[in-house]
Formats: sequence, structure tokens, C-alpha cells
Amino acid sequence: MTEPTIYEMSVAGRVGMKYPQPDVPLSPLPDDMLRRDLPLPELSELEVVRHFTNLSSKNYSIDGGFYPLGSCTMKYNPKVNEETARIPGFTGTHPLQPIETVQGNLILMYELQNWLAEISGFSAVTLQPAAGAHGEYVGVMIIRAYHRDRGDLKRTKILIPDSAHGTNPATSAMSGYNVVPVPSDARGNVDLEALRTLCTDEIAGLMLTNPNTVGLFDENVLEVINIVHQAGGLVYGDGANFNAVLGIVRPGDLGFDVMHFNLHKTFSTPHGGGGPGSGPVGVVEHLVEFLPGPLVDVIKEGDADDYPLFGFVEPPKSIGRVKSFYGQFGMHVRAYTYISMHGAAGLRAVSEHAVLNANYLLSRVRGKYKLPYDRICMHEFVVEGSWDDAPDIRALDVSKRLMDYNFHPPTNYFPLIVHEALMIEPTETESKQTLDQFADALLKIAEEAHTQPDLLKSAPHNTPIGRLDEVKAAKELVLCCWIPEDIE
Amino acid sequence: MFYPHTESERAEMLRSIGVQSIEDLFVDVPEKYRFPKLDLPPSLTEMEAVTLMQELANENYSTHDLICFLGAGAYNHYVPAVVDNLIRRGEFLTAYTPYQPEVSQGTLQAIFEYQSIIAALTGMDVSNASHYDGATAAAEAVVMAYHNFRGKRGKYIISPSLNPQFRQVINTYLSGYDNVSVAGPDELDPMSSPDELEQFIDMDTAMVIVQYPDFLGRIYDYAQLANKTHALGTLFAVVVNPLALALLKPPGEFGADVVVGEGQPLGIPMMYGGPYLGIFATKKEYVRKMAGRLVGETVDEQGKRGYVLTLTAREQHIRREKATSNICTNQGLIALASAIYVSLVGKQGLRQVAELCYHKAHYAAQKISQIEGYSLCCNAPYFHEFIVCCPKPVEEINAHLLEHQILGGYDLGKNFPSLDHHMLLAFTEMNSRDDIDLLCDVLAEVAND
Repeated sequence: MTEPTIYEMSVAGRVGMKYPQPDVPLSPLPDDMLRRDLPLPELSELEVVRHFTNLSSKNYSIDGGFYPLGSCTMKYNPKVNEETARIPGFTGTHPLQPIETVQGNLILMYELQNWLAEISGFSAVTLQPAAGAHGEYVGVMIIRAYHRDRGDLKRTKILIPDSAHGTNPATSAMSGYNVVPVPSDARGNVDLEALRTLCTDEIAGLMLTNPNTVGLFDENVLEVINIVHQAGGLVYGDGANFNAVLGIVRPGDLGFDVMHFNLHKTFSTPHGGGGPGSGPVGVVEHLVEFLPGPLVDVIKEGDADDYPLFGFVEPPKSIGRVKSFYGQFGMHVRAYTYISMHGAAGLRAVSEHAVLNANYLLSRVRGKYKLPYDRICMHEFVVEGSWDDAPDIRALDVSKRLMDYNFHPPTNYFPLIVHEALMIEPTETESKQTLDQFADALLKIAEEAHTQPDLLKSAPHNTPIGRLDEVKAAKELVLCCWIPEDIE
Repeated sequence: MFYPHTESERAEMLRSIGVQSIEDLFVDVPEKYRFPKLDLPPSLTEMEAVTLMQELANENYSTHDLICFLGAGAYNHYVPAVVDNLIRRGEFLTAYTPYQPEVSQGTLQAIFEYQSIIAALTGMDVSNASHYDGATAAAEAVVMAYHNFRGKRGKYIISPSLNPQFRQVINTYLSGYDNVSVAGPDELDPMSSPDELEQFIDMDTAMVIVQYPDFLGRIYDYAQLANKTHALGTLFAVVVNPLALALLKPPGEFGADVVVGEGQPLGIPMMYGGPYLGIFATKKEYVRKMAGRLVGETVDEQGKRGYVLTLTAREQHIRREKATSNICTNQGLIALASAIYVSLVGKQGLRQVAELCYHKAHYAAQKISQIEGYSLCCNAPYFHEFIVCCPKPVEEINAHLLEHQILGGYDLGKNFPSLDHHMLLAFTEMNSRDDIDLLCDVLAEVAND
């Protein structure tokens, strides 16, 4: 059923929330500055609760089912995180309180900075970036600041593999760089010959996702990094796929210079229907001075009687602030809880099982779906959602048909280097039974593509709504509950 | 910890893959660096982790222990029980970005309603689905202006009474572009009137950015400044506190082209600075130039109303280096929280909250102005924050207030040398008359110390 909007449900004069009468004398309001009309909805509390509960029932979610979205790491979001992030001693702290009154927050952030540095092999970490793309932005601005600080102004280009997320080129452009694509070779690695040719003294660096977006660990990663370093460039690590390598390998050890983390992927903070995320950034020793401030540090050493005092420090050559305050603190609390419950062995087991699950699923569908690169994969893999002998079927049809089997579709049409790509990331929190059910559905759909293609073309059939007219949406642009001309 | 595999399942899966052990799956990782020993504390059970987190929280003093008069960009408001209750539903909390609309109508319609609420509050035509926070939304407004003029206008005029952290973030974002400059803050006293900004506007100016109410709490009618700005073809951006807009004329009425702001006052806990909500609204003509996700209404094959992400060709996953921004993940769940908050408190409630803040602040101002040694530093009407000139360093006064479980105001001397000894105090519906009277008593006591 179509759920009405809050504006359609609104009844003039309805009150959802009562507030106390003022306990102070009233002061005159600034008449000439008051608004004449406040076009907001008027609903009862129950109407609000029912409306949003009904809306929520139209969503697919991890809590409700398997969500194998490649590159998104839709793992289980532990409920305990939601409890710890709501402890009143955290939620009720104002970001500008004197540091002496928020030592708990500062210890938490200090330790999280150190833990992330330890897990990744970097010297220092900033927690300020709000999401992955924001972290990328910080990383590339640090690369820029590094070259400029050395008086090296001729470096105007950033190399980006053709398999990269769209945020990489968009970030580079925002940071004032020209983007130069690097091709992949037949095994899904960075093409070393092409890389050597492109590595001139005009490149500021390379943005590398490893494992990459086809789910493969670059077999030549040390050589790739070496080539870039030889040319005077720095290597940025996109941490979107970090869930594959916790306790397996540290990007800092491999020679990466800077990397962002996605706390909302690897460290289990919920995706929230699009955010908030959190995108801390780690750097090697010679880039620490460029980090955005402030960082949390010990500002007065402790002794036998007193704890150390934690506070904020500004890196001397900071690229500047990128966000108000200190980052998505609520996400820091969740990630801290998650790491503290895992320890070193637990984190390694996370990645081992993520990779085990992906390879198992791959072994189940091999032969029925075309594999652009048939190697041992890491935490995800890519198949083609099309067949030569089923010419009408596209990856989108496979995706939509999966909904009929009560699964969320994989990421489709990404990465761009794979024809009709379906990118599948099961994560470590799924059981063998779930993987088997999903594999069975994929195999069934592969069969249907050949025997009953219309079933795929007309899918989904069991969702709250059918395929939507995206052209109409973009053409008519109805972006709020009324047409703008109707206001007034 | 959260992986369900049994020993026999692992063995069966490895057999299916065709390898001997899990280690065999990592042969592509350089052997020298494979399986590093990580130096992390031993793992905790859930029970132990909860205790640890509670102990950390106990090291804080929060507004549950303290009376809060601190604002300056984050405010202590009441969050009704309904808000957190609804956003904790797993169907909202553990969903991804609604790229597959058939199974994401809940998130999509909620964002559509959020966009409607923000458009209504700001008096603009369209709102996007959110930015990281108010400061990054302001920076994205500046980037939009840069692209609007294709980089040919390089000057940005920032009001000296804009939140200093917003200004810092704008400066960082602008540092990625060549031939741009920022005018305003260094040349002017933060107390100056907005009309003073007019002298800086010229044909090279891409955008003028002001705050409403400004960082110092003041309410200005920017109509004249907006007119002068538009006369030179320059864009006019207004940074708002959305709660104040329940009371005050929306910026759409005095000529704003872009309205951005920090949405935290709309039902979001202070949470030590985040996650918050970046509001971004603009006029129809700039909709294709704005950054961020947008939800639009459409129909399915049966003609049934539904919602999809639209105009995605502006975004990084389609346009890559030509996108309007690199933003991908935004503040979806926080936008949802604010939409629930506004739906619940509604038209009357939001106005009531705004008025409570206003009256409490004005009562406090009147009382503080009578304390010997203190004076108000208000040269314009104000909303729920105002400046007090203090007889002693603000830090000293705040230390004394803290002894009485009071979180004092913001020390303006930190950002504005001319406002040394000046404190910015904030008042909300959470402050009772008794709280305010206690504040005044302690302020009087410090002055006489």
C-alpha cells in the first residue's frame, strides 16, 4: 500500500509533543523579523510512530536478510554498539567542554587512533573525516601539501586505476589534480608497463584500492608501490576493502603512504540508509605533520599519583580543518567497542572468514556465471550478469530477480571494467546455510535467464513496489511534498 | 566473534574451494608481510566491553551532571523518546544507501520528507539528502559557487561573524583551487554590521556568506546585503540554525541563493560533536549544480507512487572527476532523525521550542546586565545566544562555574582577539529559571572574588 507523506497526513491544529509553559517572563519578539507562516506537518505521536514504522517495513536491511553488496561490507552491526554509543556519559557531552571534563572521550579517541595505526601499520591516524570520500579528500590534500612543502610544484597529476571507485577521481579533481587513468592487466592487477610509462615527475601519486574492486589482491603490489615511489610520487590506499586484510597484512608495511578507513564497513558501524559513516586517515611518519587538526594526544604526562592528561594538538603543517569538532564521535564509540571485543586474533579471524565466505560462494557459482578473472579472490568477487545465449538479459535483471528470492542484489554495473558486472561481497558474518541459499538462487536465476527470460525482465514481483520510472523522476523533478511554485 | 562457522563447515567450504587451509587463500599477499602480529589489548566479551565503555563514560562530566550554557555551534536540546526509538529500528539502521529503490522505499520516502521539511524551514525550492555537518555543507556551497562561475570569479566574502570552524573548513576546501581568495574576516571587527561587507563585493566575487543568527547570536535582516550581492551577479549564501527558522523569517524571503546549516538542534544529541547533520538547500535553478544525493518522486509500471535517487549524473559514481563533489556516504540516519523530530514536535512545537529558547535567553540577559562587573555586548536583536563582557578572563570564570556544576559559555577571545574577556552564553528549553538564577548568582560571586 502507498504510505501517505507526513504532509498528506497532517491535520491543522494537531499536536504531537507538548512543552512546558515558559517559567520566565516573556520578552517582546523582534516583530519585523518574524516569519508569517511555518509550513510544517501537524501529527499526533502515534501517527508519527506508525508512519515511520510503516516506512521502515518497506526497507531491506541486514537485520532482515542477506545483503551481498560488493564494496559495501554489509556485515552484521552488533547491537551492543548501539548500547555503548548511547551511554549518557557520551551522548550528553558538548564538543567544546574543557578537556578536563571529557577525559573519557579523549582516552577513547586516543586509543582508537593508536589501534587503527597498529592495525594498518601507519604512524598516526586522524579521526576527523566523516566518511570514506571525506577521508580520501584528506589523504589527497596531504599528498598535495607534502609536495608543495618540498617546493615541488610541477606534480599536477594523480594516477587512478580504471577499476577504482568514482570517489577517487572526484576527490582528486576537488583537490586540484588532473586524473590519469591506469589500465588493469589480464589478471586484474595494475598494468605494470603502463604504470611505468605514466610515472613521470609530474605525478603526485597513485590512488590504489587493494584488494581492488574486482576483489583481487594485486600480485605485484610491492612493485607497483616501488614504481610510484621511484618517480617521487606517494601512494594512497583506499581502505574500502580493508575487511579483507585485518591481521593479514598491514598497508603501511607494504609501503602505502596514506590510507583511509571506513569504520562503517570494516569496523561494523551501521550504514543507516546512507550514513553516517566515519573515515579516519592513517599516514606514515613523514606525513604526520600535515594531518588535519586537532589530534588527540597526551598533553601532560602522568605519574604515580595522576593519570596523564589528554587533550588536543595541532600538527605543525596541517592541511587545515575539514569538519566541525573531532569527527563522528558516535561512530568512534561503536568502532572502539567492536575492536575491543575482537583483539588481534579476532580481527584476523574476521578477514579470514570474509575471504573464506567469498571464495566458497565463488566456488558454488563458477561455471554458471562468467568470471572475468578466475583467481582466488579476497573478500568479494565479480561475475558477469549476462550470457551470450540469453541475449536479452542484463545484470540489472538478475539483480531485480534476486529480490523475488528475498535477497538484496549485489552491486551492479561496477567496476566499470567488467561487462554487466555483479559484484558480490558476502562478509564474514553470514553462515554457510545463507550462502548456500543465495548460491541456489543465483543458479536458479541463471537457468531462468535461459528458460523464462520474461521472469527476469519483469522482476521484481514480490516487493512493495515495482521497477520505477527513473526518467520521469529526473525530468519532472518533484523533490518535495509540493511543487515549489505552490508555496505561498 | 560474529562469524558463525563451525569447524566442520569450514572444512566443507575449503573442500569446495579446493584448498587445504584458510592460509592458502592469502598466497597473493607478499609472504614477508603476511600475518603480522598486532599489538592490541586482549579481546573482551560483551559483558566486559560494556563495563569498559561505562568506565570510560564515567570519566566524563556530561550535561546529565552539569547545567549547560555552552553553545557556539552545538546545543543542548530535548530529544523526544520517539526519535531514537524509531531510528534504532534495524530496517532503517542497517540498510544501505537506497540504490535499489524497490527494496528501499522506506529510506527514500523518509529522505523525501526530510527534503520537504528543510525546504519549508529555509524557504528554498529544494534540499538535498544531507552533508556531513554544517561546516562541510558551507564548504560545498562555496565549491558550488566556484563551479557556477567556472572558476572565473575567485573571490569569496565571508562574514567575520561566521562560525570560526566553518570558516576554517571553507578555507581548507578552497585551498584545492587556484586563483581564489577569501575576503572579510581579517579586515573587519566581528561586531561590525553586515552592511560593512558591501565594500568588498565586486565583479570578481563568486559568493557572499553570512550566518543567521550569526555566531555571536545576532539576528540581522540581510535583505539589503542580498540585493547588493545580486546586483553584481554574485551568489548569496546564508548559514542557519534551523531551529531559529521556526521563529524567524526564512532566508528564502530575503534573497538567499543557498541556505546551509548545522541540523544538530533538530533532535540530534550533542555526542561530543558528531554525527551531526549538514543542511543544504537552494533554488531550483541551481539544482543541477548542487552536490549530494537527491530523492525524487515517480511511479512504477502500475502507476503507483514511489521514490528514487535522482539527478545522479551529478554524482561521483557516474561523473567521476567531473562530479559536483566527491560526496558518497552522507548523514542519512541523522537526516531521518531530524525528519522524525520535526514531524513529532510539528508546526506548533517547533515554534514553542524556539520561543522558549528566546525568552530564557532574554530573561538571562536582563538579569546578567544587572550584575556588577558584567555588561551585555549586544548591538542587534539576538535569538538564544548573546555576548557578555566579563570582569575577568573567561577561563577563570568558567572554572568557577564548573565548581557549581555549571558548564559556562564559550570564550570568544580564542577566535577574536578583540573579544578577549567576552563570553558567548547559550540558552535552550533545557534551562530552567532556577538554573539561570544560579548562573547569575555564581557570576556575581566570581566578580566579587
